[in-house]
Amino acid sequence: MSAWLPWLNIFGVLFGALTTAAMLIWVERRLLAVWQDRYGPNRVGPFGLLQVVADVIKIFTKEDWIPPFADKPVFILAPAVVMTTVLMSFAVIPFAPGIGVVDFNIGLLFFLAMSSLSVYSVMLAGWSSNSKYSLLGGMRSAAQMLSYEVFMGLSLAGVVVMAGSFSLRDIVEAQRNVWFFIPQFLGLVTFLMAGLAETHRLPFDLPEAESELIAGYHSEYSGMKFGMFFVGEYLGIALISSFIVTMFFGGWLGPFLPPFVWFGLKTSVFVALFILLRASLPRPRFDQLMAFAWKAMLPLTLLNLVVTGGLVLAFGF
Amino acid sequence: MFISALRTMWKVFLHIFQKPETIQYPEEKPYLPPRWRGRIVLTRDPDGEERCVACYLCAVACPVDCISLQATEEEDGRRYPEFFRINFSRCIFCGYCEEACPTYAIQLTPDFEMSESNRQNLVYEKEDLLIDGTGKYHDYNFYRVSGLKIAEKDKGEAVNENEPVDIRSLLP
Repeated sequence: MSAWLPWLNIFGVLFGALTTAAMLIWVERRLLAVWQDRYGPNRVGPFGLLQVVADVIKIFTKEDWIPPFADKPVFILAPAVVMTTVLMSFAVIPFAPGIGVVDFNIGLLFFLAMSSLSVYSVMLAGWSSNSKYSLLGGMRSAAQMLSYEVFMGLSLAGVVVMAGSFSLRDIVEAQRNVWFFIPQFLGLVTFLMAGLAETHRLPFDLPEAESELIAGYHSEYSGMKFGMFFVGEYLGIALISSFIVTMFFGGWLGPFLPPFVWFGLKTSVFVALFILLRASLPRPRFDQLMAFAWKAMLPLTLLNLVVTGGLVLAFGF
Repeated sequence: MFISALRTMWKVFLHIFQKPETIQYPEEKPYLPPRWRGRIVLTRDPDGEERCVACYLCAVACPVDCISLQATEEEDGRRYPEFFRINFSRCIFCGYCEEACPTYAIQLTPDFEMSESNRQNLVYEKEDLLIDGTGKYHDYNFYRVSGLKIAEKDKGEAVNENEPVDIRSLLP
C-alpha cells in the first residue's frame, strides 16, 4: 500500500492539475460571460461542460503547421517548456496533509526557479517564430518578467521571515494562529501583481496583447502546440492561485470541512479573482507597466521586507 | 488609481446579479419588426396576378448584382418577367430593390432562416420567390392605377385618371 502512495500522489496531482486547467477554460468563458451579461458556452453537454472536450477534439485534429521560416527545433521545444515548468512547480504545492508530490525544504525557491524558467518558453517561442509580432511579444515578455521576477521573490521574503522556513508545508503550519495575509498584506498585494505578470494574464498580458500584437509570441503556433501554450496559461493561473493560498491564506487550514476541500475552495476564489481582473481592467501601456514594477512595487516590497524583518528581530515572533 | 481599479472590479462583479441579455436563439425566437429586411419575395396584386412588370429597376439598383430577370409581354400588353432569379448567396439584404420597385412587387420579409448546406440551393427562381398574398400593400394594383394601355383598359380609364388631352383641338 505504502509503495503505491507516491505514484498515486504523482498521477493524482498530474491528472488533477491538467483536468483543472482544462476545466478552467470553460470556467473562464462562463464567468466572463456572466460578468458581461451573457451566458457563455452552454450548448455542449450539461451547462456546456463538454465544451472543453469539443475544443480538445478540434485542436487535436487541426493541422499542426510549422512555418518554413521558423527555427524548427526551438519552435517545437518552446511550448513543451511552459508545460514542463508549470507542472514541475505543482510538485511542491502541499494540497493537504499527505497529498503533494514532494516535500522540499526549499520548496519556495524551487517554485520561484521554475516560474522563472517558464519565461524561456515565451522568449524562445517569440524568437524562433521569426516573425515581427512574435518577436515583439517575446521581447516584451522578457522585459516584463525581468522586472516582475525581482520583486516576486522579495514579496515572499516577508512570509519566509515570519515562518522561518522555505518549506511550503512549514509555512502552512506556521499559519495555524493567523493567516499571513493579515501581517503580510503588502506582500500579498505585490505577489498578486507579480503573479499576474508571471502568467501573462490581463491586465498584464502585454506579451500576447491581441489588439496590438495579434496574440504576440504564439501567433505562429497552431494545433496542439498552441493548445499547450493555452493549457500552460490556465495551469499557470491554477498554480499562482494555489500558491497564494499556500503562502497567505493558510493552505489547507480551516474548520469543519476536510483539508483538501478547503484548499480547493480557497484556490477557486483566487481563480475567480484572476478572471474578474480580466473582465474589468484594461491593459496598461508598456512603459507604464515597467514604471509600475520598478517605481511602485519594488520599493513597496523592500519596505515590507525591512519592516517585517525589523519587527521579527525586535519582538521575535 | 488603485481605488478606481477596485471600484471597476466591484461594479463588474455586481453584474453577476444581472439577467443576461442573450436570447437563446433556436429555442427562443427574437422579435423581428415588420420592416425587418430579410428574405425577398415577389408579391401579387389583389386579383392574384403577378405585380412585377419586369422594369429591371431592382436589378439596376442592386449593389451586388444578385438579381437577374428577363422581361416578356403577354398578348394583352401586360409585361411580366419570363424568369426572375435572386442569388441569395450574394444578396446583402440592403432593401434597395424594394425601394426601387415602382409596383411594390419586390418586398423584403422578416425571415432570415434560409441557410443551406449546398450553395446552389440559395439561388431562388421565380416560383420560389412568388407568394400568394399582397405583402405590405394590400390594395395596390399597378395596371388599375397606371395610364398604360392594355387590352381591357384604354388610355384614361384608370382609377383617378383624366381623359387624355386632344392636343390637336383648340377647345378647352
